[in-house]
Amino acid sequence: MQKNPAAPAAASPPAARRDFLKQGCAACLGLAAVGTPAAIGTRVFLDPLTRQTTAESFVKVTTLDTLPEDGTPVQYPVLADRRDAWTKFSQVPIGAVFLQRQSKDKLLALSVVCPHAGCFVDYEEDKQSFLCPCHNSLFLKDGGLKDQDSPSPRPLDTLEVQVRNRNEVWVRFQDFQLGIKEKKPVA
Amino acid sequence: MIKQVLAWVDNRTGLGRFTEAFLFQNIPGGSRWRYVWGTLLLYMFLLQAITGFFLWTAYSPSTQTAWESIHYVQHEMVGGWILRGLHHFGAQAFVVVLVLHLLQMVIYGVYRAPREVNFWLVLGLLPLAIAMSATGWLLPYDQHGFWASRVPIGIMGVTPVLGPWLQKVAMGGSSFGHHTLTHFLALHAGLLPLCVALVIGAHYYLTRKHGFADVSKDCACPDEKYFPAQFLKDAAACLAVFIVLLAFVVVPALQHPNLAPGVHLGAPADPSEQYSAARPEWFMLFLFQFLKYFPGGTEVWGAMVIPGFIGTIVALMPFVAKWKHGHRFNVLFIGTLLLAAITLGRIAVNEDNKDETYLTAKAQAVVAGERIRQLTTERGIPPSGAAALLRDDPYTQGPKLFAKNCASCHRFDGHDGTGHHPLTTWTVRQGETWETVAEFRFMKPEQLRDLNKDLSTRALKTGDNLTVPVRPWAPDLKGFGSREWIAGLLDPAQVDGAHYYGGTKFKDGKMSKWVKKNATPEKAEDLKKVIAALSAEAKLKSQIGADKADAELIKQGRALMTGDLACTDCHSFGKKDPDATAPDLTAYGSRGWITRFISNPSHPDFYGKRNDRMQSFADKQILDAKQIGLLADWLRGEWYVPPKSVAK
Repeated sequence: MQKNPAAPAAASPPAARRDFLKQGCAACLGLAAVGTPAAIGTRVFLDPLTRQTTAESFVKVTTLDTLPEDGTPVQYPVLADRRDAWTKFSQVPIGAVFLQRQSKDKLLALSVVCPHAGCFVDYEEDKQSFLCPCHNSLFLKDGGLKDQDSPSPRPLDTLEVQVRNRNEVWVRFQDFQLGIKEKKPVA
Repeated sequence: MIKQVLAWVDNRTGLGRFTEAFLFQNIPGGSRWRYVWGTLLLYMFLLQAITGFFLWTAYSPSTQTAWESIHYVQHEMVGGWILRGLHHFGAQAFVVVLVLHLLQMVIYGVYRAPREVNFWLVLGLLPLAIAMSATGWLLPYDQHGFWASRVPIGIMGVTPVLGPWLQKVAMGGSSFGHHTLTHFLALHAGLLPLCVALVIGAHYYLTRKHGFADVSKDCACPDEKYFPAQFLKDAAACLAVFIVLLAFVVVPALQHPNLAPGVHLGAPADPSEQYSAARPEWFMLFLFQFLKYFPGGTEVWGAMVIPGFIGTIVALMPFVAKWKHGHRFNVLFIGTLLLAAITLGRIAVNEDNKDETYLTAKAQAVVAGERIRQLTTERGIPPSGAAALLRDDPYTQGPKLFAKNCASCHRFDGHDGTGHHPLTTWTVRQGETWETVAEFRFMKPEQLRDLNKDLSTRALKTGDNLTVPVRPWAPDLKGFGSREWIAGLLDPAQVDGAHYYGGTKFKDGKMSKWVKKNATPEKAEDLKKVIAALSAEAKLKSQIGADKADAELIKQGRALMTGDLACTDCHSFGKKDPDATAPDLTAYGSRGWITRFISNPSHPDFYGKRNDRMQSFADKQILDAKQIGLLADWLRGEWYVPPKSVAK
């Protein structure tokens, strides 16, 4: 900016206003120059927030015959096609599920993910309960909380389960938000 | 000439004056060991920056290449294991130096005016260091890093309001994937080190601005310049720390020359394989233990509110110190904190050392880590990544498949395939004694008493609860098809025992009777030939040599099977006999025979309608062809074994 040497000294209030305008413009221009690329970058970075995960559909996990008659829960890996950013994986393990018979035809599917901090729980045969190896949350065989002081805020998450074609066990595999009392699917 | 150049540079940049002021700053009362902390912290950062940079040059952040690239650094690149080891232990040393420095600042009251900001800077380094550590742990993408990182990410999710969004941004999606690694790398190697550098730089600048702190009043020590007096002490301290770190890396390698050197790199991350020994770094164990005491839904208190509150109190120390006894309170407070953290950490370690799940998982991780190294060293890693190699490895998958699908009836060398001896509780019924219970479970009464020490001195009463091994209902399959295994089957003393037909409905069946009647000492020579002949059908790799050497014996054995010993009265052998009532002995124990048998033991070629209770694993879709193949290979003891030079 060039100063006008001819500017009369008497015009001091407008000069102050002009200065203020100049300062304001300088700040705005600077902000725009730095802020715009930063905003574009941030938008890209936040892309996962606005990316809708396709609603999980039912996945075939196993067959009825593999489930012990006595109702002991068994862990099965869940295989499905999975898209991770640019890679399309076909039939890879995307998680695991505990299945058990509650009666001859009634099945219970429990997510293996501890609702506390996301570790996988183990089934302890002798205690007839699920134990999380991370912070010792203990769950009953039906997934319920064993005691009120358990670090887990809610029972193990149940998953929808269907028997198709007489023998095939299909599970609607979902992740749920951790650490909260209510069971909310991860968006 | 040189002087002129230097003068010119100084005139244009001011660099000379700055260097002089920096290097030759006066230290009132002379140099001290106590003053090395600031420099040491700077040095630890430099060490991490240097080693980290070179690790970065070889690292590739994606789920199919992260583990693989670190594996390559660790096991293939010259000196890679030392580089990674230094970075690994340097990270921990950084935290240790930081905490000690903070402690020293509080104890010596170095936080007092005008050094408050300096104190806060050091305090601010603490969360930054933890963030560095938390992001760095995931990067190798092994089982340990993967599972240990899920917990802080999970905890992030309980942040009020913002939780789920924070989580998603950190992970770069709704589950762990490529973008989790690219994000963590950008944080770990970009943003966070920049912040740490700025904070340490500011800390160092302020230290010099305010001068070295405590001038002892009663000491007549002469002043010294920073260089060389204090510089020497600083350099010595840095080098000492470095040597200790190097020792941490190198000494274990020297102690165990038969193992691959360097910090443990576990098996590649597998989202469907729980790793039960996932723990945070040792210096975060106290928080891990602390969180166990918070019942569901309140962990935001344990993970954020309380630590945040304590952090605020520590940050306010410079002001608290102005009160009477304020400084004493501060020292006491920080001492108590440290003691509490150490105690919590020790509790966590003690609990883990008693936890069987944890110890087993830990031991298995070492085995899996070693196995994946064997699998990859000679053959390289396919583009799909190393996790797939483990999934296709009979040595790794066989025991798990056996334990899950077979061990409810069969045993493998007495255990369930994974080395675990399944136990159960038995409620004693009317009339049962130690002897009858033990006999039913194929054990001696003394062994049963050993398992139930509290009851062992008295007779059993109805309703007593005994710990007993699960009864095997089918043969022990260790060495199935081998000469030893078949020899045991043809031994009258063993055929109806726990290892063979003892638990099955064939206990008193035709085979059992035949063995008891015909396998007499006089026929030992014939039986030896038959054993060799039948075992040769399996074409076991472990018996190639023996099969070749005994070709004549095998020929005679085959003749005996169809001739004098009359195996073919019941079994098919060589050619299909439509009237055969017992399993086909053609290719008995071979890979094809075993896979067909597991697929459908009730097939007429095998047990047909007389099948005891074994499932048709393929026909009922319990196992797929690949899994059955893995089981067969494992039972036959056939898996990839690296050449001697690699296995060491």
